[in-house]
Amino acid sequence: MGVLVHKDFEFIVQGITGREALNFTRECLEYGSKIVGGVTPGRGGREVYGVPVYDTVREITAKRKVDGTVITVPLAFAPDAAFEAIDAGIKLLVIITEGIPRRDASAIIEYANLHGARVIGPNCLGIIVPDVCRFGSLGGPAVDCRKAFKPGIVGVMSRSGGMTTEICNALSQAGLGESTAISIGGDPIIGSTYAELMPLFEKDPETKAIVIYSEPGGTAEAELARWAQEHKSRLPIVAFVAGRFMDEMPGMSFGHAGTVVEKKVDSPADKIRRMRVAGISVAEEIGDIPGLVKERLRAAGA
Amino acid sequence: MRFYEFEAKRLLGKHGIPVPKNALAQTAAEAERLAGELGSPVALKAQVLSHKSAALRSADSPTQARQAAEQLLRLDDGGRAPKGVLLEPRPTAAQEYSLAITYDGIAKLPVMIASTMAGNLDEIADQHPERVVRRHFSALFPHSEYRAKELVSALGVASADLPRLTSIVSRLAELFLKYDLTQVEISSLARLADGNFVALDCHMDMEVEGRRRQKAILDELGIPPGDSRAPREQTAFEIEAAKIDAEDPRGVAGPVVEFDGNIGLVIGAGGGSLTTFDAVKKHGGKPANYAALGGNPSVKKAQRLTKLVLSKPGVEKIAVISNVLSNTRADLVARGVIKGVLELGFNPAEKITIFRIPGAWEADGVKILRKYGVEFCDRTVSISEAARRAVEKMRAAGR
Repeated sequence: MGVLVHKDFEFIVQGITGREALNFTRECLEYGSKIVGGVTPGRGGREVYGVPVYDTVREITAKRKVDGTVITVPLAFAPDAAFEAIDAGIKLLVIITEGIPRRDASAIIEYANLHGARVIGPNCLGIIVPDVCRFGSLGGPAVDCRKAFKPGIVGVMSRSGGMTTEICNALSQAGLGESTAISIGGDPIIGSTYAELMPLFEKDPETKAIVIYSEPGGTAEAELARWAQEHKSRLPIVAFVAGRFMDEMPGMSFGHAGTVVEKKVDSPADKIRRMRVAGISVAEEIGDIPGLVKERLRAAGA
Repeated sequence: MRFYEFEAKRLLGKHGIPVPKNALAQTAAEAERLAGELGSPVALKAQVLSHKSAALRSADSPTQARQAAEQLLRLDDGGRAPKGVLLEPRPTAAQEYSLAITYDGIAKLPVMIASTMAGNLDEIADQHPERVVRRHFSALFPHSEYRAKELVSALGVASADLPRLTSIVSRLAELFLKYDLTQVEISSLARLADGNFVALDCHMDMEVEGRRRQKAILDELGIPPGDSRAPREQTAFEIEAAKIDAEDPRGVAGPVVEFDGNIGLVIGAGGGSLTTFDAVKKHGGKPANYAALGGNPSVKKAQRLTKLVLSKPGVEKIAVISNVLSNTRADLVARGVIKGVLELGFNPAEKITIFRIPGAWEADGVKILRKYGVEFCDRTVSISEAARRAVEKMRAAGR
C-alpha cells in the first residue's frame, strides 16, 4: 500500500540531465523506483542510466501512462515545466525546484486544481514508501536511504526535506518505521498541506500514527489543528515545531521561505498552542518523537 | 523585502492609485523648507524598515516640522539611520477604509481584504470581524475587475463610491501580481469630501525570490541588488560569511547570524539548523552564532566557515551538529572542519565539543574524527542529545 505512490508507480523526471537530477535518478533506480523517461528540451534521444530522454513530456505520455513527474528544472523554467506536465495529463507532480515566487506557485497549483492534478512542493524532496518506491530525492544514495527509512506504521509529513530523513531515521531506530513519508515543502505556498494529506493517510491501512515536522511561518499548522478538531481521525498525531527561538526575534529570516515570521499568528508558540488544543501531541525535543508516538499508540490501544 | 513608504507610494502613484502630494527630506532644514512649500499642517514619517509608531509626527508650522524631523532622523532603524523623512499634507477624510492584499497559504491564492475601518487589518479582523471582507483572486488568469467590485460591494459601498473604490482595489491587485509582492497594506484609504479617494499610508513587501525578474522597477526606484533590506544591518561577521558563500559555488554556507554567547555552531542547513539551535538553547547553551552549512559543501567551504566561527571573539568551543544527511558528504565536512580548527592552532579534540553528521560517507568521516580524538555520535543519538552533550562539555570546562 502506501500513500500516493505504490510498487507499480511509474514516473518521469523533468530536467533529468541536471547535476542533482542525475544523482537522484541513479539513486531512485537503485532503490527500485520505476522511472520511465526523462525530459530535457534539446537533449531528446539520449539516455540517463538507461532511462530514455525526450524533448517534451507529450512524447512520453503519447505512448504510455505516466503516474507522476519529478520536476527539478532551473527556476525560470519551473512553472512552464509544471504546466507542460499537467497538460500532458500527469496527475501527481513533485516539484523540487527551490525559490519559485509565490505568484508562480499559486498559478501552478490553481492550474493543477483545474485539471484534477495534485502538486507536492515546491521546494520539497518528494515521497517515499520504504522499500517500495522513492519518488524524488529523499534520503540520498540507496544504501543511506535504506538505513534511514524502514517499512512501518507511521505516516510522516515534513516542511523540511532534510528533517524528513532525520525523523524517519529516528522512527526506524525505534522500531516503528514509516508507512509513507512526504516532504511537503517549506514554502508559504505549497500544493499539498498537512490537512489536505491527512485523509489519504486516514484511508491507508498501514498507517497507525502521524508525525509532522513544522517550522515558523505559514498557517498550515493552524489548518491541521482545525482539521483534527473537526474530524474524528483514527490517527494520533505527534508534531515537532522547529525554530522556537525565533519567537524571541520576530522579523528574522533564516533562509527557508517558510521561516519568515511575518505575523504573530504564525509564530511557533501560537502553532504549538493551537495544535495542543486540537489534541495533537507536541514534542518538546526532536528526540522525544518516537516515545510520544508509542505513548499515543498505547493510549489508543493499538 | 520591505519598501520604504516613499518607494511604496511611488509605485502606487505610478499605477494610478492616488496618494497625497509628498516630499522626502534628508535633513531637518530641508524638512522645514519642504513643509513651507507643501503648506502646513504636515505629517512627517521617518523612513524606516521596522514598523515604529514613534516614526510618525505632525507639525503645524515649518519650524515644528524642523524640530520633528530632527527627532525622527535620530531614530534607530536596526542599526541604520532612517532613509529620510517623508512629508505630506494630511487631508481630512470623510470616511476611511483599509485595504490589504497578501497570499492565503490554505487557499493557495492571493487574497484581497478590506474594511470600513482604518488601521491594522489583523487587529480589525480580531475585534470587528463583521467589518472585514475577503475575496480570493487568480494568479493564473488575467485580473477580472468584478472580483474587486464584489469585495467593495460586500463592504456596503454603493453609488458613485463603488466604481471609484473598485478601480483602486483592482489596480492594487494588478500591481501586487506584477511586482511579485507578498504583502501590500493601505491602512488608511480615505474618501475626501469631494468624493475622491487617497492612500494615506502604505506598507509594501516584495518577495526576495521575485527580485531577479523585478530588476527594472528596482533600478527605477534606485534599489541596488546588494540592498538586502534586512530588519537590521548585517555585522562584519555576517558579511564575511556571505563572502565565503559567494566565493565557492559548492554547497551553502549560510544563513549566518551573530549572537553573543560562547559556543560556536556549525550546523546543518534548513530545518536541521532550526532544530539544532533550539536544542542548544533548550539545554542552557549560549550560542555565539547561527552558522548553517549544507548542500554538499566543499572541504574549503567547511574549513573557511569553521575558521570564521572560531575567530569570533567570545567563542570558546564549537559544536558541529547536523540532521541525517541526504546529499552532503559527511567526510568532506569533517575534513573541512578539522582543517579549519588546526589552521588556527587549536586541538580539535579540545575545541570541538561534539560532532554529529550522520549520512553519506560517514564511515570515512568517522575515521578522520577518530584520528584527532574528536567526540562524535552517529544516527542513534538524537540532535537534542548531541546538543545536550555539547552544552555539558561547555559547563565541564567552566563556561
